[in-house]
Amino acid sequence: MSNNKTKASGSFMDKINNLTDTNLLLMITIVIFFIMYIAAMIFQGGGFRKPQAFFDLLNANGALIVLACGLSLVMITGGIDISVGGVTALVSMCCAVYLDHMGGNVFVSILIALAIGLAFGAFQGFLVAYLDIQPFIVTLAGMFFARGMTTIVNNKPFNVANEDFSKLKMTRVIVPFMGSTNRKGDYIDAYIEIGVIVALLVVVAMFCILRWTKLGRSFYAVGGNRQSALMLGINVKRTRFLSHLICGLLAGIGGYIYFLHVGSGSPSHAMGAEMDAIASSIIGGTMLTGGVGNIAGTLFGVMSLGTILKIVAAAGLGEAWWVGITRALMLCLFLVIQSVIMSRKKKV
Amino acid sequence: MQKNEVKKSNDNFFMNIVRNQMFIPLLALAILALFNLIADPGFIKISIKENNMGNPVLSGFLITVLDSGSELAILAIGMTLVTAASGGQDISVGAAVAIAGSVLLRILRGAGTGNFGAMLLVAFLVSCIVAMLFGAFNGVLVAYFKIQPMIATLILYTAGRSIAAWINNNELPVISDPFLGYFGGFIPGIPIPTPFFIAIICVVVIFLVLKFTNLGLYTQTVGINENSARLNGLNPKMIKVISFVVLGLCVAVVGLIKVSRISTINYSVIAKDIEMDAILAVALGGNALGGGKFNMAASIFGAYVIQFLTQTLYKFKVSADALPAYKAVVVIVLVVISAPAVKEWMGNMTKKFKVKEVA
Repeated sequence: MSNNKTKASGSFMDKINNLTDTNLLLMITIVIFFIMYIAAMIFQGGGFRKPQAFFDLLNANGALIVLACGLSLVMITGGIDISVGGVTALVSMCCAVYLDHMGGNVFVSILIALAIGLAFGAFQGFLVAYLDIQPFIVTLAGMFFARGMTTIVNNKPFNVANEDFSKLKMTRVIVPFMGSTNRKGDYIDAYIEIGVIVALLVVVAMFCILRWTKLGRSFYAVGGNRQSALMLGINVKRTRFLSHLICGLLAGIGGYIYFLHVGSGSPSHAMGAEMDAIASSIIGGTMLTGGVGNIAGTLFGVMSLGTILKIVAAAGLGEAWWVGITRALMLCLFLVIQSVIMSRKKKV
Repeated sequence: MQKNEVKKSNDNFFMNIVRNQMFIPLLALAILALFNLIADPGFIKISIKENNMGNPVLSGFLITVLDSGSELAILAIGMTLVTAASGGQDISVGAAVAIAGSVLLRILRGAGTGNFGAMLLVAFLVSCIVAMLFGAFNGVLVAYFKIQPMIATLILYTAGRSIAAWINNNELPVISDPFLGYFGGFIPGIPIPTPFFIAIICVVVIFLVLKFTNLGLYTQTVGINENSARLNGLNPKMIKVISFVVLGLCVAVVGLIKVSRISTINYSVIAKDIEMDAILAVALGGNALGGGKFNMAASIFGAYVIQFLTQTLYKFKVSADALPAYKAVVVIVLVVISAPAVKEWMGNMTKKFKVKEVA
């Protein structure tokens, strides 16, 4: 009897109701991304139709993808980390000073980046997990600390002059068959930067960890309900600590990718990157309340945000404030959508 | 026997002092004052100088603290209420101050010649309404959509300065009327900076409100347990929104002072990082950042102590951009001290110490 009733109420809605929270939010994100990109291709034409436009989107957002992966992980575990933007700035400044002023070696600079990220992650994770302090306060302090330290290290923006680094920066991976011809008729290869490769590897690794490993599932369990995770025998404190640690490590990697993309150090680098990363995660279907989220969604979240900002810029609303307002509107919209979906699902 | 009792009462007396909410801010103030005294004993001096308007005014380190700490004290009032009611903080206050200031300037710029005082009143009222609307927006997101306060206010935090620039079309209107300067500077004939008086007015108003209305009680009730507050016939959502609206009002007052100080506005710099200071003031006042009970006086006092810290750092030639790093350390120390796990550990340590002493 009840079977008949659900069938009658429409199979599409039925399917949506049967989806898990994670998949429902992921589906919304992917659909929105494709609608937006296709709309941009139709209405704005020109730039968006070339495949390189898509790769440029990746190139510009490589760092953000990594940062957003870290944030998704922390948010799935029920926390938040807003220090990633500051850590990015600190990493690029420290590496820039090391490479330029001290004439250091590229390999060591990568180690420096990872060490800074890990240090932030470990310290914040300890305070959050073992001393049970609100993650927002801890990472807010982390953000201000990183920003302040950046200006203490060096308070002027400058470009890095280092041969090895320039070589690494200019390394481009050619994407076959995706090139286009320019007006003269020359064939130009489509390329992505090396940072994007790293970013995509991070996405794949995080996706695998979160989906198929015991540790990955325990992140979801702790984020969903800490008390029952404890009952299941999960080491809640260690899991929360690890989520912050990995997020810090990813902030270090993301910081280096950012540095590789811009090739300079500046106190104003990555301003608001934490905000973009959080927005991307939320757009990608990660719930702030924890326990729900998907790294694949995060990737699409970053791309959606990038596309929207590109559309805003292409539409001639180039003034800085439109970008700020658009970002905030996107975040607001998706937060409200999440909230509404969740309250509706609860009633069902 | 008697000796023991005396010791016990001594213990209690000592514990009472330590447990008092004012203890931490007072201790911080004492440490800072000592630090200053060692570095430069002259910091306590207050002299009378002529300012650029030709009026004799008080000047000195302490006056600067009272002057620029007043904005923070006003914000701390609203932030305390928001913290108590919603268990989170509003990180958009700096951006909201930019919006309020921008609205104020927009109206003053559009005003023709005429009674400047009346125009300023209108402009201030409009900026109050705008700031309260933005506060209500935050409040609705928090209360009705159940978004964590810090994430909800993150929206305005990013968009705020952009909106402020957009209101004035990214121009920087300069208002030359000296009357505007009174609110952030000095009124002729009165040697004490006006922001201090404004802060006192705000403090008196909020204390009267807390004394004669149930706002304080209801706010704490909602903060302690939202569900039981609802079962007792309160409307927790409404109270949360009200706390954010009150913060909006505080923001508008601060906007007036900030704009008045320089007679114009700088969208990216005005009230920069003030959200951090306001949260710090609440935390330093010993209020639980997770909501619930609050002590307004401790927050306000905390705000002045924070300003004291800022001015001290400035004195030691710390640049404004590097300030956040030092303050972040203070925040971390504060939250670590007040973390339950650390408190328990410290309690155990003192117990062990006592046992050893007895043995």
